[in-house]
Amino acid sequence: MNGQPSLVLRIGLPLGFGIAVLVLWELFVVTFDIPRAILPAPSEIWAAIQRSTEILWVDWVQTVLKGALTGLVIGAVAGFAAALAIDRVDFLRRGLLPVANFVAALPIVGVAPIMVMWFGFDWQSKAAVVVVMVFFPILVNTLAGLAATDRMQRDLMRTYSANHTQTLGKLRLPAAMPFIFNGLKISATLALIGAIVAEYFGSPTKGMGFRISTEVGRLGIDMVWAEIAVSALTGTVLYGFVVLIERWVTFWHPSQRRSR
Amino acid sequence: MQNAKPGDRPLSDPLSQDMTTPGAVISARGLSLTFQTNDGPVHALKDVSLDIKKGEFVSFIGPSGCGKTTFLRCMADLEHPTGGSITVNGVSAQEARKARAYGYVFQAAGLYPWRTIGGNIRLPLEIMGYSKADQAERVARVLELVELAGFEKKFPWQLSGGMQQRASIARALAFDADILLMDEPFGALDEIVRDHLNEQLLALWARTGKTIAFVTHSIPEAVYLSTKIVVMSPRPGRISDVIDSPLPKERPLEIRDTPEFIEIAHRVRDGLRAGHGYDD
Repeated sequence: MNGQPSLVLRIGLPLGFGIAVLVLWELFVVTFDIPRAILPAPSEIWAAIQRSTEILWVDWVQTVLKGALTGLVIGAVAGFAAALAIDRVDFLRRGLLPVANFVAALPIVGVAPIMVMWFGFDWQSKAAVVVVMVFFPILVNTLAGLAATDRMQRDLMRTYSANHTQTLGKLRLPAAMPFIFNGLKISATLALIGAIVAEYFGSPTKGMGFRISTEVGRLGIDMVWAEIAVSALTGTVLYGFVVLIERWVTFWHPSQRRSR
Repeated sequence: MQNAKPGDRPLSDPLSQDMTTPGAVISARGLSLTFQTNDGPVHALKDVSLDIKKGEFVSFIGPSGCGKTTFLRCMADLEHPTGGSITVNGVSAQEARKARAYGYVFQAAGLYPWRTIGGNIRLPLEIMGYSKADQAERVARVLELVELAGFEKKFPWQLSGGMQQRASIARALAFDADILLMDEPFGALDEIVRDHLNEQLLALWARTGKTIAFVTHSIPEAVYLSTKIVVMSPRPGRISDVIDSPLPKERPLEIRDTPEFIEIAHRVRDGLRAGHGYDD
């Protein structure tokens, strides 16, 4: 019952801090007359956002909706499916897991140009980069989760003479959920980074990564910051969304339990 | 004789059928289990023979390492003997497990935290394919039996330890198994709760007529509950005494102050001491 700060405090405090930082930032830039190319003031970034709403929207759809989210969904489903297969077949555990390990170690700056060559300049290649990036965290976390049951829980299923599917569905998958959501939280952040960075290696004339790299060249730093602001906001919302689903699914876990 | 046994008597040998006592629900003959560890073999069970008849309440008591839990796990086919034979309901332990012949209550309640109390009790029923209506009826009935009616929609972590353990007993009672295997189910509970649950367990046993095998390390608990007390001793795990209790079936808690009760408790204690005399 205690320790649950009120809604005002939970939202108001971080919001207050954020505003304070923006105000100090503005004052700092104005007082010391910092050149715009080095650091634009928040008011200038806001002006850029208002001026270029349409461009920002097009970039957002291209990078976030098409690149990052498509890749995240495909990669997460693939990682999850691979984990189930590896868990079931020991042959795959020995064969596929080391390969997945190897793929996870590939640097994104190496993967991205190859994907552009394979899947073209448009969002498909960005989604492919994201798939490669999120596949492994989901795979590893799901595998860890499937192994997270204790002996007594498994013995119980054995006394019922439960088959593999029943044990999986009624014990091991529910027990794995907190782990799977850890993987999803990591992946949500990775997906956005991957989709943006991948655009540096070739893209149509839209997309957040494309915009950042070209505006830097044109010294349109306020636009760069506008894209950064949009991507930061998107990342936060995406992460928060995953956390919300996690709370709903793993309400029973000690880390999520609240007074009921 | 130990080492010769498995070779002498293959599983298909008709002799092994003759070895089982008629009417015995659980029958162990020369049962041995040796764990191979880095420090060499550990004889968890050595040459254990015992018959449990239908409707009996048998307690297994002994210090840690005496093999009482291992013996129970052999009955449940959770552990595989390395020698001798064990039958449950006249068939091998594995066949009995596959036929869902027993309910097992573990040392901890082991309820799944993502399921409500009702959901946990429904778990074996779902796995065994009972109909939805039958499930609901059975859940209500066993909840009544362990005095947890009204807690069906609560989650395990919202209940006390004693209530959780009662729910786990209800879970083992929900399906039609004539045998109840209980591994120190009340070991982690305080004295008062334990007394209460012991009374409830006896009432439940009288009502259901199940055969119960009960592992404990408490002498009063063993004497109070059982019709038969099996005293075991460690290194190697073996049976050192089997006591048939002369106490009546009807047992109020006060029976523990009677001379008969104290006498049996003495005999159990002597048995424990005899098997344990060479160290601590």
